[in-house]
Amino acid sequence: MADTLKEVNDKDTLTRHEGDEGVTISPRIDILETDEELLLFADVPGVGPDDLDIRFENGELTLHGRRSSPHEDRVVTNYQRVFSVSREVASDKISASLKEGVLTLHLPKVEAVRPRRISVHNG
Amino acid sequence: MFFDNRRDPMTVLWGDLNRLQNEMTRLFSGETPRASRSGSGITVWTDETNVYAETDLPGVLADKLDVTVKEGNILTIQAEREAPSHADAVWHRQERPFGKLHRVVTLPVMVDADRVEAVLKNGVLRLTLPKSASAQPHKITIKSE
Repeated sequence: MADTLKEVNDKDTLTRHEGDEGVTISPRIDILETDEELLLFADVPGVGPDDLDIRFENGELTLHGRRSSPHEDRVVTNYQRVFSVSREVASDKISASLKEGVLTLHLPKVEAVRPRRISVHNG
Repeated sequence: MFFDNRRDPMTVLWGDLNRLQNEMTRLFSGETPRASRSGSGITVWTDETNVYAETDLPGVLADKLDVTVKEGNILTIQAEREAPSHADAVWHRQERPFGKLHRVVTLPVMVDADRVEAVLKNGVLRLTLPKSASAQPHKITIKSE
């Protein structure tokens, strides 16, 4: 998996999201892999579905969430993390859901890399 | 905000004391550092009538959450979050904390524990704790003689 989903730690990438103000932090994540897909969970408390922006572009997956401030003098928090995604992931089938401040991303593998059971016939 | 006194020296001191208290609680409760590190602690601020407390609890369900106010100003938040379970999955990265969480904060004023409102939204718990009558500002009438 090491190369299937690899974190991009480029400072330019981290500051490039347009319209950001306040501080940008890296949300905590978990990554799990099954035979069919990679699963990514990210803690993004305070982010609603409208404040979430997930993009896949040029092999890079960008997670961005904006946390609205409870009162005016508290700084806005942006969550951001960027991953490069290998061709083993069917990028057109990536799906996301948000529940109780936790983002879940499903990254299905392309058919060619899924394990297959080869049946052996008696000759 | 006129009544927002979070930068007031007393409030700063309360913040320091609370951090110390949380650290002591953690040391003596045997809670793992990973669990206590979750989120960013409890943010407390006040206005004329209420104390507000907010804490991040991503992935915590309302029925796994317990909020109590003791002795008029000791707020305790206890929660539990279960790790995602996938029988045949391989973990590649594990940064999110799981397990039991226990946070205690001493509020800067006494509150009315019977009228506390709690809302859990997008993984953030927001409490509105009305100040007790004795902690509310009173206008003193001055008699002229």
